Formats: sequence, structure tokens, C-alpha cells
Amino acid sequence: MTLSKSTKIRLRFFSIIFTIVSIIIFFVYDNLQKNIVYFYSPEDLKNLSVTPVNKIRLGGLVKQNSLKANANSYVFIITDFKNEIFVEYNGLLPNLFAEGKSAVAEGVLRDKKYFVASSILAKHDENYMPPEISNTLKKNELKK
Amino acid sequence: MFGIFKPRTFFNLANNSIFWLKIIFVFTLVVGLVFALVLSPIDYLQKDTVRIMYVHVPSSWIALFIFLIIGVSSFISLIFKIKVFSIYAKSLAPIGLVFSLISIVTGSLWGYPTWGTFWSWDGRLTSMLVLVLSYVLYVSLWLLIKNYNLAEKITNVVGIVGLINIPIIKFSVVWWNTLHQPASITLTAAPTIHSSMLAPLLIMFFCFCILSLIIFLIRYKYEIINFRVNKK
Repeated sequence: MTLSKSTKIRLRFFSIIFTIVSIIIFFVYDNLQKNIVYFYSPEDLKNLSVTPVNKIRLGGLVKQNSLKANANSYVFIITDFKNEIFVEYNGLLPNLFAEGKSAVAEGVLRDKKYFVASSILAKHDENYMPPEISNTLKKNELKK
Repeated sequence: MFGIFKPRTFFNLANNSIFWLKIIFVFTLVVGLVFALVLSPIDYLQKDTVRIMYVHVPSSWIALFIFLIIGVSSFISLIFKIKVFSIYAKSLAPIGLVFSLISIVTGSLWGYPTWGTFWSWDGRLTSMLVLVLSYVLYVSLWLLIKNYNLAEKITNVVGIVGLINIPIIKFSVVWWNTLHQPASITLTAAPTIHSSMLAPLLIMFFCFCILSLIIFLIRYKYEIINFRVNKK
């Protein structure tokens, strides 16, 4: 394919601009990695040098058999299998909130082990299946 | 091989195929909706709420895919000065805008019963909102700038710059902690959706693709006539 002279100039111009923009995007993205955190895992919070005083989000798995309910007040453990944090919450839980499932709690960290949540969001995973399949999977797991 | 991209050939092809495309669209819509709303099973966790997926996921895919085409067409138009590619992009933009809005609205309606909130500023939701705004910017620039050549150049730049957002949307759930779950269907691994739910999803996706194609062909015919008339 033969390109006209003006097309070649435009292509060269475009490549230069493209390279510069890519480098800028790379740096912006690299910084975003460090700064934009939608939620922290319990392990992240343990490793933070300064305990954050303002509102943050804590995400992880709700530990099996850790949920204690008293009317509308709940205490449970959020874990990432490396570190665990107690979460206290007053209010209504979303429908999909369950032990063994993921959740995101928004609130303040009282100390390194205790989190007071003002709202709870339930996370669900990318697995979709009919109830029968899910029951079979559970049965197979119990047999092991 | 590139003969199909010649405006006249493409125009005739569009004229001849719209009727058949409409028939395929109605057929797949009926089959897809029956499968999605009646025949497919409920989800073990989300129950009937999962049916929102059959509209939400295809809309999001198409919104992303159309912007990808707009970006590539803008590049070809700007660098190689093949004017018809700007007209492809211009004709596609409103379709992408509508599907991205459908994606945001259905996602929000799905989020409330499952996550417990209509909106949250996580990576996926925010980058998807940026896509909607890119579409709004692209479409409104075509409407606002009266000089055709100027509008073409500026929208081409918007199309190419907006392209950067596409991989960000795609990989937002991998790079960052997000409320949105990761992709169920990937090129590298087996889908994590049961086949009885995957089938209606793919039928609905095919159906939405045909619908986009029909609207695109109608809009393309209008834009090409418009272009010819204004040139005289």
C-alpha cells in the first residue's frame, strides 16, 4: 500500500502524540493504583502506618458463623483469610448479605481490630447458576 | 476486498438487507425474551433479580463495542482522510449513547436489590459513567458545530481520545477493588454462568446487535444523503 506524503506526515504526527499521551496515561494510572481505593481489605488496614480517622470502606468475606444479631444491631467478622476485623452495624442488611459471602462496610475504624459501619453493601461474585446445581455442588462438597 | 466500504455499494447493501434484518430481529427478540423471562431458571442466590442481566449485559457490551468502532473509524478518518468512516461513526453514536444509558439504568435497578444501593463510585461504575459522558460529548459536538469539516475533525479527536476509556472499563474490575463483580464471560476461561442462563444471554446479545445494525443502516442512509445534499 502506498501512502501519500501528507498521510505519512499525519501518521508520524499521530504516533508522536500517541506516544506522549500513552506515557501520561501510564503515570496517571500508576498513581491511581496507589490513591483510588474503593475499599480496603483487612490486611490492607493492618499494614497502614496511620489509622484513618475519616470514613473508609472495608471489604472482604463475612466469616462463617461469626454473625451475631440482636434486633437490628449486628456484629460480625470480615476476613480476607490473612487478617480479621470485627464490624458493628445498626440498620437493615441488604438481601444478599450472608455468611460466607462478600460484603463492603462503610464507616470508621475505631481501632485496628474494630470497625463501626454506617452502611453495608453486599457484593456478589461472577457465578450464576440455578438452585439445583448449587445444591448439588454443596452436597458434593460435604461428601469430600 | 474493501469494495464493500464504498458508499454506493454499502448504500445498496443497506437498502436490500434492512427488511430481512427486521425479520431476524423480531424472531430473536421473541425467542430471547421467552428464554430470558420464562424458560431460564432463577439464580441460586439472586432469585428472579438475575433476569435483569439479560438486558444489562448485552447493552453494556454493545455500548463498549460501538465506541470501539467509533474510535477506530475516527482514526481512519483523521489520518487517512477516508470521509465515509466519519459518517459510520456519526451514525453509530446515538445508538451507543442509548445502550450505555440502558446499561447504567438497568445496572442501577439491579444494584439496589442485590448490593443495597442504586449507585456507588467504584471503578467500573465511574468509568461507565465516563463512557456515557463521552457519548454525550461526541453526539452534541456534531449537533452544535455547524461547519461540517470542523465538526468532523473535533469529533474524530473525541472518538480517539475516548478510546482510552474502553480498556479502563473492561479491566476496572481486575485492577481495582470494586463493588461490581468481575466478568463472568472471558476469552481465556470457561464462563462462570450456567449454560441454561448463558444461552438466553447470548440470544439477547445477538438480538441487540441486529437491532443496532438496523438503526445504524437507517441512520447511515440518512447521513449519507444529508452529506451529498449539503455538498452541492
